[in-house]
Amino acid sequence: MAVLLLAEVTDGELALDATAKAVTAAAKLGDVTALCAGANAAAAGEAAAKIEGVSKVLVAEDASLGHRLAEPTAALIASLAGDYEHIVAPATTDAKNVLPRVAALLDVMVISDVSGVVDGNTFERPIYAGNAIQTVKSSDSKKVVSFRTSTFDAAGEDGSASVETIGAAADPALSEWVEDKVAASDRPELTSAGVVVSGGRGVGSEESFALIETLADKLGAAVGASRAAVDSGYAPNDWQVGQTGKVVAPDLYVAVGISGAIQHLAGMKDSKIIVAINKDEEAPIFQVADFGLVADLFDAVPELTEKLG
Amino acid sequence: MKVLVPVKRVIDYNVKVRVKADGSGVDLANVKMSMNPFDEIAVEQAIRLREAGKADEVVAVSIGVKQSQETLRTALAMGADRAILVIAADDVHTDIEPLAVAKILKAIVDEEQPGIVLAGKQAIDNDMNATGQMLSALLGWSQGTFASELDVDGDSATVTREVDGGLQTIKVKMPAIITVDLRLNEPRYASLPNIMKAKKKPLDEKTAADYGVDVTPRLEIVGTTEPEARAAGIKVGSVDELVEKLKEAGAV
Ligand SMILES: Cc1cc2nc3c(=O)[nH]c(=O)nc-3n(C[C@H](O)[C@H](O)[C@H](O)COP(=O)(O)OP(=O)(O)OC[C@H]3O[C@@H](n4cnc5c(N)ncnc54)[C@H](O)[C@@H]3O)c2cc1C
Ligand SMILES: Nc1ncnc2c1ncn2[C@@H]1O[C@H](COP(=O)(O)O)[C@@H](O)[C@H]1O
Repeated sequence: MAVLLLAEVTDGELALDATAKAVTAAAKLGDVTALCAGANAAAAGEAAAKIEGVSKVLVAEDASLGHRLAEPTAALIASLAGDYEHIVAPATTDAKNVLPRVAALLDVMVISDVSGVVDGNTFERPIYAGNAIQTVKSSDSKKVVSFRTSTFDAAGEDGSASVETIGAAADPALSEWVEDKVAASDRPELTSAGVVVSGGRGVGSEESFALIETLADKLGAAVGASRAAVDSGYAPNDWQVGQTGKVVAPDLYVAVGISGAIQHLAGMKDSKIIVAINKDEEAPIFQVADFGLVADLFDAVPELTEKLG
Repeated sequence: MKVLVPVKRVIDYNVKVRVKADGSGVDLANVKMSMNPFDEIAVEQAIRLREAGKADEVVAVSIGVKQSQETLRTALAMGADRAILVIAADDVHTDIEPLAVAKILKAIVDEEQPGIVLAGKQAIDNDMNATGQMLSALLGWSQGTFASELDVDGDSATVTREVDGGLQTIKVKMPAIITVDLRLNEPRYASLPNIMKAKKKPLDEKTAADYGVDVTPRLEIVGTTEPEARAAGIKVGSVDELVEKLKEAGAV
């Protein structure tokens, strides 16, 4: 049984961690063909060919595929679908944009954010902000699935799959790219970082967020934020952790000035060790914290940064 | 231009969800139900389009149990002009899948001919994040998902999207399906006079069969369980103790 996996390709580059984690999940379903699509995708294709568990790579290069627009990408995948029983991807915003469109074109349901594979038709996925885990069995002939990367380990890099070049599908020309606003950062990527330090509304301002960033840099960590911190303009949207932001499961998650609403917990409660720093001892975040410190963050965070020296 | 806004009735986001002991699902009996928070944002955006003179009518649609009319009344009280209720289930525990919802919405779009559909990015109950994209595929329309800014201008719309890497701006051809994200706007509260007025606004009642859509689920729910609970942690008394514990645990 064959699986088509949409590799995560941004500006010609393969997002190795997300793709390799999805390969681990996909390999449980059958023989994995990875599709690298983009204006430039050859280098990504070479990188994908090295992921263990990938048996074949398809590279589709076309200007229409350049900015991961949903319509041409979905048209391409739908045109390839005949050969595959499963069409899968890591549950990134790109895949969430594209896969439901593919599923509807094929008249099948999409199964989003899968956290466990039971068998080729049966999957586990969190619902209600992760307060329940549902097991669903598909009766569709094709299964379109996105995998929550935080629950799968990345496949190794000793593979050597063959690479084939294919053409794009006809571009429906329904939308065009205007610009990307991406902040360059030397910090590790949020969803693959081993340590994440997140700040919430308690941090109080964009300037004070530097406290969080300094602690993060001391720990070699990625920086995260609660929705309230993003809404208030203390942090950019791509730092949001939670039900509707990113889902992370690092070895260490430090929540600073975050109350611990269920929507935030949904994005971090599978972290190995959780530290909470909050001045309110009743804050719900302490219910999931392995180590809780009731303190004013403006005292505790600088002290912690210094003492981790 | 007409704006169509699909709104879903879901468990209120403040309610702590409980899984039923027999594993058959979550308990929705006697819990507070509300409009999906993302859909409030969509309704607000639709009303703003009308207020800006870019739209002339806002139609809210909900698909599900009969009680979804309360959700539609909320949309009407916020300022939607009329509503369509599609009864497709008789038990609150029956969730209509995004594919079936999209098919019903497609039939309504064919009938109503809106220039734009503003949906939520995700329903906070099933967390699927799929309906808008599916509807867009069925109609062959453009899609602008996860919108945090929207500017409709004649035959195109500029959409800023919240994506993993930051923000992406695209231009979509109209008619379009837009799914809205949390930061697009702050929804207004319905005032008491508007709640009263909403009771008199038209609310059409239909069934899934009226649109010839089969809502039989493609995904059978085999079971629903609680996630593993975390072991209770401890409170530390000082930063020094925290550092010590983290070192012991090998975390730093
Ligand atoms: C549909 C929907 C989706 C959502 N999605 C998300 C999501 O993806 N991610 C997310 O995070 N939220 C999400 N939310 C929002 C969520 O419900 C909470 O509102 C949010 O997480 C609160 O953020 P916070 O903890 O930073 O702020 P607050 O709840 O205001 O908490 C601030 C905390 O800081 C503490 N504090 C204040 N000052 C100090 C100080 N000097 N020192 C120490 N502690 C201090 C306070 O005691 C308090 O506990 C969503 C909500 C909805 C409705
Ligand atoms: N039963 C429904 N009735 C009306 N709108 C719905 C329904 N289900 C989903 N939607 C719309 O589709 C969006 C995304 O839902 P979902 O794909 O289920 O996560 C919601 O925010 C609503 O705008």
